Amino acid sequence: MAGRTLYEKIWASHTVGILPTGQTQLFIGLHLIHEITTAPAFDMLREKGMDVAFPERTFATVDHIVPTDIRTRPFLDSEAEELTQALEKNVGQFGVEFFGVESPNQGIVHVIGPQLGLTQPGMTLACGDSHTSTHGAFGTLAFGIGTSQVRDVLATQTLAMDKLKVRRINVNGALGTGVYAKDVILSIIRRLGVGGGKGFAYEYGGTAVDKMNMEERMTVCNMSIEGGALAGYVNPDLTTFEYLKGRPYVPSGVALERAVAYWKSVASDPDATYDDVVSFEGKDIEPTVTWGINPGQAVGISEKLPRPEEYSDPDGAKKAYEHMGWQPGSPILGTPIDVAFVGSCTNSRITDLRAAAKIAKGRKVKSGIRALVVPGSAEVKKLAEEEGLHEIFKEAGFEWRAAGCSMCLAMNPDKLNGREISASSSNRNFIGRQGSPGGRTLLMSPAMVAAAALSGKVVDVREYQ
Amino acid sequence: MSDSMSEIVKITQVSGTAVPIRGNDIDTDRIIPARYLKEVTFARMGDYPFFDERFDASGRKKDHPFNDPEYQGASILFVNKNFGCGSSREHAPQALYRFGIHAIVGESFAAIFAGNCTIMGLPTVTVSAAEIDTLIKAVEENPQTRFAVDIDKKSLSYGTRTIAIDLPETHRSALTSGSWDSTTLLRANLDRVKKTATKLPYMTGFAG
Repeated sequence: MAGRTLYEKIWASHTVGILPTGQTQLFIGLHLIHEITTAPAFDMLREKGMDVAFPERTFATVDHIVPTDIRTRPFLDSEAEELTQALEKNVGQFGVEFFGVESPNQGIVHVIGPQLGLTQPGMTLACGDSHTSTHGAFGTLAFGIGTSQVRDVLATQTLAMDKLKVRRINVNGALGTGVYAKDVILSIIRRLGVGGGKGFAYEYGGTAVDKMNMEERMTVCNMSIEGGALAGYVNPDLTTFEYLKGRPYVPSGVALERAVAYWKSVASDPDATYDDVVSFEGKDIEPTVTWGINPGQAVGISEKLPRPEEYSDPDGAKKAYEHMGWQPGSPILGTPIDVAFVGSCTNSRITDLRAAAKIAKGRKVKSGIRALVVPGSAEVKKLAEEEGLHEIFKEAGFEWRAAGCSMCLAMNPDKLNGREISASSSNRNFIGRQGSPGGRTLLMSPAMVAAAALSGKVVDVREYQ
Repeated sequence: MSDSMSEIVKITQVSGTAVPIRGNDIDTDRIIPARYLKEVTFARMGDYPFFDERFDASGRKKDHPFNDPEYQGASILFVNKNFGCGSSREHAPQALYRFGIHAIVGESFAAIFAGNCTIMGLPTVTVSAAEIDTLIKAVEENPQTRFAVDIDKKSLSYGTRTIAIDLPETHRSALTSGSWDSTTLLRANLDRVKKTATKLPYMTGFAG
C-alpha cells in the first residue's frame, strides 16, 4: 500500500460516514469558540431544541472584542459588553468550559489552544475563525468555519466536508539572519497567490521548517488561509512533542508514551504522494513586507514596488495602488509609518515578543509614532513580564497591553484613524481591516515592526541585528 | 435562513435580475466591515453589505452597484475570481442574502465563503473568466435582463442564451435535495459519531 499523508490518515480515522449529499461527515476532536461568531449558533441550537453533543470538547474564550487597556466591566463599548455577556450566558447554559476576561487562560483562541496543550497532533479541530489553520503546526487538521458550521459542531461534534487535495511545500536550506517565519509565509503566498491554495491543504516541510520552533510553525500555518488553503500543517516531530510535554491538557506518564506513539503514527509516510509539490530556498527569502491590499502583494525589503503588469491581475494591483497611494517602481524601504502593532494570532507569542524586544532594547520609538505591543494571551503577558520584556517595550515608548486580537481587526478600541499607515505583525492588509476605511496596513515580522517603530519608516531589520 | 430552518427547502432555481461587482480577491472585510460583527444576531446584516464602499464617513451614498437604482431588486450577484476570501465571518453571506442576493455567479470563490453560502442555502456557482466577463457586460448594458440559474441542471439562461455553470456535486446535491442546512442530517448519525469518537485515543486522554 502506498504511503499516506497526515491529511489522509486523520481524514480516514475521523470519518463518521458519507452523507447522502456525498459529503463526508467528519468528527471534530476539538472545538474552540469565541465571542464573535457564536451567538447566532447558540440561538439556532435553542431554536431547534438541541443540546451540545460533546460539551467537554468545546472550549471558549474572549479575544476579538475585548479591550486591551481598560478591562473593567461593564466594558465601555456596550456592544462588546453585550456580546461578552451573550457568550457567558451560552457557555453557562450549555456547559462549556470558559476562559473569561479575568482567567489566567484568556487569550486569542489560536494562542491558548496550543499553550494549554488542547491542540494535539492527530486531531481534527474547528473554530469559527479563518486563522484556525494555525493549529496545523502540531500536525492537527484544523479548519476555520462559519457560524452555521459552529452550530453543527456544537450540535453533533461533526462537520459536513469535502476532501481536499494536498500540496507539499518545501522550504529548503536555512533562513538568513533577520529572516523569520513571517517572511517565509509571506513569500509563499506571494508566489502561489491568495487564491492559489483553493482546494488544497498545505503540508509545510523541508529543512527550514524542520528547524523551526513551534511558534514559528504556527506563524506559517496561521496564514495558510491567506493563501486560499483551508488548512495547513507541519508533520509532528520531536520539536512538537517537546513543546507539548507538561502542558495542562497533555497527558503524562504512560499515557504520554501512548500519546507520543499515536502522534508519531499520524505523520505523513516517507513514500506518501502529493497532488502537488512546490519548493522554496530559504536563502532566497528576504525580510518581506506587503505593499498592497492583500497578503500576496508583497516584496522583499530590497525590492522596488512592482508594475501592475507584472501581476496576473493588473487591475487588482492598480486598485491596490489607488488605495495605498504610492507609485510602482518606488522602494518599500523608507515608507513612512504612523502606527506600529505587534500582536495578533500570527505573531503575538513569547518568541515574537522576544524578537521585537531584542530590536527595541535601549532604543526609542520615533516621536509621533503610536506603537502597541499586545500579547496573545494572559500567559504570554505573564511570561514576558517575568522576563522584563514589558519594561523594554515601555522604556522604548511602546504601549504594553492586555491580551486580545486588538488592532488586527480593530473590533475593540484599537484602530487606525483616517489614512494612517500601520506596520503590523498581523495577517491581513485588506482595505479597512484595521478599523479605518482609508487606513493602510503593511504586514511584516514582529522584529520588522519594532524596527519600523524606532525609525518611523520601513527599514531592513538586518541593520538592527 | 432561520425562518425556514425546520422545513425542507429545495433550492433548484434562482431567477431574477442581476448586479455586478467587478474585481478579483474581494475579501469578506470589504463585504462586511468587522464593526458590524459586534451585533448579537444576523437580523440587521442586510443593511451593511459593502458598507464602506457604498457610504462615506458622513453616510452619503457613494457610486456603487448596490446603490445604483438600475440594479435595485437584483437577486443574482456576478463577481470575478476568489470572491469572499479572508475572514470566515458568515456575516458576509448573511449580509448579501438579507440584502436580496439569492445566488452568486463568479469565476471562483474562497473555500470558507462558499461553504458558508451553501449551508445557508445561497448557491455559489462558477463559470469561466471569459463567460463572467460576458455576463457582467450583459447586465451592465441592460440591467433589466432577467437571468435564471438552474442549480439542478447546472445551467444559466438569459435572453436566447443558455450556458453551463458549475458547482461541487456535493453542494448541488445538498441544495437541490433540501439538505443544505446540515444539522439534521449530521445529528441523525449521533450513534455513529459516538462510535467514531471511542476509536480516537485522545478522546479518553490516552488512557489505553
